[in-house]
Order: sequence, then structure tokens, then C-alpha cells
Amino acid sequence: MANIFVKMGDLDRRIIFVLIALAVIIPMITNLVIPNIVGQEPSRDLYDFVDALPEGSNVLVSFDYDPSTLPELQPMAEAVVMHLFQKNLNIIGMALWPQGAALGQEAMSSLADSLGKVQYEDWVNLGYKSGGGVMIVRLGTSISAVFPTDRDNVPWDEIPMLNDIGSLRDISLVISLSAGDPGIIAWVMMAGDRYAVPIGGGCTAVSAPQLYTYLQTKQMVGLLGGLKGAADYETLVGIEAGPAVRGMSPQSVAHLAIMLFIIIGNVAYFSQKRKKGGAR
Amino acid sequence: MRLIIPLAITFTAGMIMILNFFIPHRPFNILGENLQDWYIIVASGAIFLGAVNLMHVHIRKIRLKLKNWKYSPITIAGFLVMIVTGLFYGVTEDMPFDYLFMNMVAPMGATMFSLLAFFVASAAFRAFRASNWRATLLLTSAFLVMLGQVPIGAMIWDKIPLAKVWLMSIPNTAGQRAVMIGAAMGVVATSLRMIFGIERSYLGGAD
Repeated sequence: MANIFVKMGDLDRRIIFVLIALAVIIPMITNLVIPNIVGQEPSRDLYDFVDALPEGSNVLVSFDYDPSTLPELQPMAEAVVMHLFQKNLNIIGMALWPQGAALGQEAMSSLADSLGKVQYEDWVNLGYKSGGGVMIVRLGTSISAVFPTDRDNVPWDEIPMLNDIGSLRDISLVISLSAGDPGIIAWVMMAGDRYAVPIGGGCTAVSAPQLYTYLQTKQMVGLLGGLKGAADYETLVGIEAGPAVRGMSPQSVAHLAIMLFIIIGNVAYFSQKRKKGGAR
Repeated sequence: MRLIIPLAITFTAGMIMILNFFIPHRPFNILGENLQDWYIIVASGAIFLGAVNLMHVHIRKIRLKLKNWKYSPITIAGFLVMIVTGLFYGVTEDMPFDYLFMNMVAPMGATMFSLLAFFVASAAFRAFRASNWRATLLLTSAFLVMLGQVPIGAMIWDKIPLAKVWLMSIPNTAGQRAVMIGAAMGVVATSLRMIFGIERSYLGGAD
């Protein structure tokens, strides 16, 4: 028996790859549903903050990611945009990452069409601008100086919803959906700390631990961490069977599979250790 | 002069930004805003440099038939196709650039990141050992966070998500904050050294 465990320690990694693939694919094709329960997590804090904003408030959503993190962050973007539209809040989209502008456009335009929201009255996409943190500081004195036109080259003065907006001080909330740097941390440091704009955000699961520090100090009003954060927001907004909620089943099974591999690896490790000890 | 001019520019720009932060009034606010605008323009120029460098590296690779050179024509072709479609048709929705981006770039990018799951599983299997009490503590925390991060954790025991939030909010925050404060102090010290001309390595080794 001990020999079997020792042999399992040398499991070919291709077998691990196949089993992980099956752990993801089987729940997807069998439509396995694991109900998502939203506890007292930072995702609920962000939802509550957005929910409490008065109608007509201006919310800046920064799409600071690219396609590599799309599976985690795009469902977040869609759920957040849906909530903002439902609450009749004005969305000003922009991006600190070049490819984020197109992904933000996709999220906003598709939902705007289905909810009857009008571009330039209810939402606008200012597009991408380089400069990261320095650019955010400049937004604190003048947004139109950084974005004289929107993504489609429509001049700032011709966009009705931007008439009363001068700088970040006119923004009620910034939500940064961030895959790294520049992203949430730049927004917290440059917009939140310097211009007292409330900052919320969403990030990949791997970068969430670093951002918990800003939640405790109230430098962030809430955080969506990874696909679970997106699923929480979808559940709170009332999106039935959204991409993130559907993604929870494969992710649950994959996590269990990884844990099982770790347990097998440890059993093999201790069996090997005992065998060596016995031989001595 | 080769040394004095860059040092003088760095000192002046650094001091303007510090004064702009503490005295946000004329003339420092105007000077600060101008410097910020310049930075944005220079950063945009870096994108152009990156594009030129990409072409240079891959053309050289093809010319000298270096390792894996066969992939370079594909890179160049993809790069040129995106440039041409973007320049001629624009980047707005329903245009060829947007179509290529949403249907090729986005799925391929997502696929690359998804591969991480396989490597994480393989690495965890081989390296995550409860070899001593510290490693065991780390392993237990990892199990709780992994279970708390998915709904199945709450189904097993409803306290698991709470344990995850506690682990992330208290022990994790303590460790993260120590690292972040240390790094921030390092940034402040290095910035001051650069502004006052003590740190000169960014000048490319000139003494």
C-alpha cells in the first residue's frame, strides 16, 4: 500500500493536466449548479455603496485590464455596469490599459442597448490614455485636459452628460477593474487619498490579498476579488445564471481537485519519508 | 555638461512636483500641470518606441534565422493587420479592428492566462508539503482560502467563508502592509536621492 502512495508522488504532470481539464469541463457540460451564497464580504460593501448613491451621480469606471484577465474581470464589468444603469447613475468609462477601452465599450454598449440607455446622456467611453498614476493626478485638476474627446473622437463640449464635470471632485465614485499596475493602487493613491474620491474596485483573485490592506483603512469602499467577487455582484444585482455564477461550479470542482492533488502529494511525501527512515 | 544638465532637469522637475503637492497655487499648480501633460505625451511616445522595437527584434530574428524565427512572420503579420485595420477603419465598434480584437485577441489572451490553472495544480502537487509546522500553517490557510473562495466551501461549513475573510483581513493584511510600507519608504528614499543628485544610476552609468 505504501508503495502505491510513493508511486503516486511521481505522477506524470500530463495526468494532472488532464484531470484538471476534466474538473473544469465536466461541470460545464453537465450544467452543474452550485448556488452562490454572498456573505459579509467586500463585494457586498461595494454593492451597498453603489446602491446608496443618489440617482444621477457620476461614476467613473476604469477598465484597467486586457484580454488575459477577461474571464475574471469582464463578468465583473458587466455586473457593475448593469447595477449602475439600474440605479440611473451616469457612467464615465475610461482605461489605464490600452486594450481595456475596447473591453469596456463591449460591456457598456451591449448592456446600454438592452436597458435603453443612451450614449452621451447616460454613458460615455473616454478611451485609453497613457501615463498611469500621473494621468490620474491630472484628472484631479481637469478631466477634459486629459480627454479632450471621447473614444470615438466626439469633442468633450458636445457630450451633454459631461457639461457639469470638471475634475475628479465631481465624481461620486471611481470603480477600477484592475489586472495589475496601473490600476486600483494608483487610483487609491492619486484619486482617493489626494482628491477624496471614494474608490471601489475589482481585481483578479491573485491580486486581491494585496488590496485588502486598503479596505481595512477605508481607502477603498469595497472590492470584488476574482470570479467569486464577480459572482457575488451578479447575485446581488439579480443577474440570473450570469457568466461568473456559472463559472463557480467548474472553479469549485477545480479547487477541490487541486486540494486533492496536494493531499496525495503529501501522503506520498510522508510515505517516502517513512520508507527512507525504515531503510536506515 | 553631460552630467549637470540631466541633474538640473531632474532636480527642477522633482522640486516643482513636491511644491505643487504642498502649495497647490500659482505658479506651482500651473507648472505641475504642465509637467503632468508632458509626462502623458512622453509616455505615449514610449508606445511608438515599443512598436518600433517589436518590428526591429522580429525582422532581425528572421534575417539571422535565430531560434524560433518561424513564429516571427506571424507576429509581424498580426501586428501589421491590426495597425492597418485600426488606421483605415478606426477602432469603433463593428469595424474590422474591433472584430479582430474581440474574436481573436481576446480569446487568445484569455486562453494564455487560463493555462496558469494547469501549472498551479502541477506545482502545488509537487511543492506544497507539510514538512514543518510553518508549512502546515500555510497549507491549512491555503485550504481555507481556496474553499472560502468558492461556494462549495460554504456548503461544507458555513464558517469557512468567514475564516477566509478573517485570514485575508488580519494575518494577510499585517504581512502585506509591512511589505508595502517598506517598499514605499524605499521609493521615497530613492526619489529624494535622485532629486538631489545622489542616485545617478538612471543616467546610464555616467559619473
